[in-house]
Amino acid sequence: MLEVVVVLVLVLGVFFLFVGAIGLLRFPDFYTRLHATGKCDTLGVGLVILGLLIYHLFYYSDSLLVCVKLFFLILFIFISNPTATYALMKAAYRTGVAPWKLGDERR
Amino acid sequence: MKEKERPHERDVVVETISRLMIPFIQLFALYVIIHGAGGPGGGFQGGVIFGSSFVLFIIAFGIGKAGKRVSEAKLAVLTSLGVYIFAGVGVLCLIFTLGAVQYLNYGFVPLTSHFAENRALCMDFVEIGIGITVMAAITSIFFDLAWGRSEEGGGE
Repeated sequence: MLEVVVVLVLVLGVFFLFVGAIGLLRFPDFYTRLHATGKCDTLGVGLVILGLLIYHLFYYSDSLLVCVKLFFLILFIFISNPTATYALMKAAYRTGVAPWKLGDERR
Repeated sequence: MKEKERPHERDVVVETISRLMIPFIQLFALYVIIHGAGGPGGGFQGGVIFGSSFVLFIIAFGIGKAGKRVSEAKLAVLTSLGVYIFAGVGVLCLIFTLGAVQYLNYGFVPLTSHFAENRALCMDFVEIGIGITVMAAITSIFFDLAWGRSEEGGGE
């Protein structure tokens, strides 16, 4: 039963990472690509680590320090990854990267 | 070429998150340095992480504010201090055994009674020295790059 939950969480995380990769390849300009990767990578990596955390919590419950480390990893990824996306986006806007409009060609 | 294109802009999101993250990055760097003797990690990696926390500080708060806190002279002193720690621990081995063992043979520094414990402890000291050197060198390199862009010498 527990394996099913862990595998579901892992597959969900990998699905989000996959969607982010497709968005990175298919979207037309910098902003939309960053939109895809910034969100999907944060959630995907978070879910993958969450799956590992659940697995470790129930199968190796004698070493809880690893679970604490994984929890802090999720926490810091959730804080820092959106901030990095925001900073990149703002820097691109300030340096004059024009947003893509319908009918333009891909950049 | 004075005050070239873009002075540093303050940004409340980046500044707040940097203020929050920098202590944890530095704590993680110290963990990596101390963990280096018995596992993955070590002085170089920990030093790079510690230096990257200063790089984050410079990016988030601007070269002017960072230059007030850390000067080029202090970084030069720290760079050589790390090398002196590395070499000094090595010379201690020679001093304590009156030249009977090799340079940097840590087991013979009599900190505790066990040979292996001596070696582990002295390795930690050496890792700390390497970490200080790498941290100061990374920060110094980044200062040079950032100052080359805006203004030569004293920042703004």
